[in-house]
Amino acid sequence: MASLKDLRNRIASVKATQKITKAMQMVAAAKLRRAQSAAENARPYAERMAQVLGNLAANLTPGADTPRLLSGTGQDRTHLLLVCTAERGLCGAFNSSIARLARDHARRLMAEGKTVKIICVGKKGNDILRRQFRDQIIEVVDLRGARQLGFEHAEAIAQNLLKRFESGEFDIATLFYSRFRSVILQIPTAQQIIPAEIAPAAEQTATDAIYDYEPGEAEILASLLPKNLTVQILRALLENAASEQGARMGAMDSATRNAGEMIKKQTQIYNRTRQAMITKELIEIISGAEAL
Amino acid sequence: MATFQFDLVGPERVLYSGQVDAVQLPGSEGEMTVLPGHAPVLTTLKTGILVITEGPQHGKRVLVRGGFAEINATALTVIAERATPIEELTPEIIDRDIEAAELQYDATEDYDKRREIEGHIAQLRESKVTLSF
Repeated sequence: MASLKDLRNRIASVKATQKITKAMQMVAAAKLRRAQSAAENARPYAERMAQVLGNLAANLTPGADTPRLLSGTGQDRTHLLLVCTAERGLCGAFNSSIARLARDHARRLMAEGKTVKIICVGKKGNDILRRQFRDQIIEVVDLRGARQLGFEHAEAIAQNLLKRFESGEFDIATLFYSRFRSVILQIPTAQQIIPAEIAPAAEQTATDAIYDYEPGEAEILASLLPKNLTVQILRALLENAASEQGARMGAMDSATRNAGEMIKKQTQIYNRTRQAMITKELIEIISGAEAL
Repeated sequence: MATFQFDLVGPERVLYSGQVDAVQLPGSEGEMTVLPGHAPVLTTLKTGILVITEGPQHGKRVLVRGGFAEINATALTVIAERATPIEELTPEIIDRDIEAAELQYDATEDYDKRREIEGHIAQLRESKVTLSF
C-alpha cells in the first residue's frame, strides 16, 4: 500500500494539473469569444459574395468561355484535399475528427483509383495524416506564427491553390474544416471549392432586374472566382479557429472535473490510511500497557 | 432628400451599414457616383477613395483596395477586398502598401501583371496626395 507521503504527492500533482487545465479552459474561453466574433463578422462578406456569384452564374450561359474555376477541368482524376486543423493539441476530438473525415474521403477516392494529393494547413492534421498518407501530402502550411488570422493568410493559401490548379496539378479541390455551430457542437465539414459550388440563385431576391456589367460579365466572373476561393478559405480558417477554442474549452472543462473527482478519491484514501495508522498505533500502545 | 441603403463589407468585418444620400465609387472603368434610384450595376473596383455622403456636410471617406459593388433597386453593397476608414489611415500604412506593391512589381516578369501593379501603385500615390499626407 502507498505510504502517506506517496498519497500526499499524488494529490499535490493532481491539484497542479487541475490548475493548469482550469487556466487553459479560461484562456480558451477568452480566445473563443474573439474567434467567434471574428467568424461572425466574416459571415456577411462570404454570404454577399456567394449571393453575387450566384446571381452572376445564373445569368451566364454555359459555354466554352466559362472560367474553369466554375466549370472544372472536365475530369475528376486528381483530387486535392485541403485539410485545415489546429496548430495545437489538447482540444478534444477536434483535430482527429477533421482528420478522420479527410482520411475516409481520401481512402474512398483511392479505392476508386483516383489520385489524391493533400495539403495540410496546421501542424496537427499533418501529424495525424502523415502516418498513412506520407506520399500524398505535398505541402504543409504553418500558421503558428499568425497571431490573428487574417485575409492575408487565406489569400496566400488561395494563391498557392490557384497556381497549382492552373498548372494542372489537380482537377477537384475539397476543403476540410470544422464548422462552428456552438461551443459544444462543432461539425467536421467537407466542402468542394474547385470547381466552385454555386448555390442556385438563392431565394429570388427582388433583384430580378437586368444588371449592367462594368467591365463585362466574363471579366467580373473571372476576377470574382479567385476572390471567392480566398473568402471560402478565410471563412474555413475562422470557423476552425472558433471551433478549436470551443473544443478546447469543453475538453479542459471535463479534464478539470475529472481532476476534481480524482482529488476527492485520493483524499479519501489518504484520510483512511492516516486513520488506520493512528488506530494501529493506539492498539499497539494499549496492548503494550495491558501487557505490563 | 431621398436616401438608400448602403453596406460596406470587408472580409473581416462590416465597415458601414446605413441610409445614405450618395456614394462615390472608384469603379474600374472610372469614378461613379451612386444616387437613389440608380440603375442596377455590377462593377469591379480599383484602389481609390470611396466617399459616403450621409447628408449635407456629413460624410465619410474610406480607402478601398479592390473589390466590387452591386447596385440594385434598393441598395448598394460594396464588397471590398481591403478597406480602411480614413480616420484609421496613416501615411505609413499607404507607404507600406506601396512598398509591398513595388516588391511585387520587381518579382514578376509578366507584362500584363506589371501594368496592373503599376496602375495600383499610381492609385495608391494618388490617394495619398488626395488625403494630403
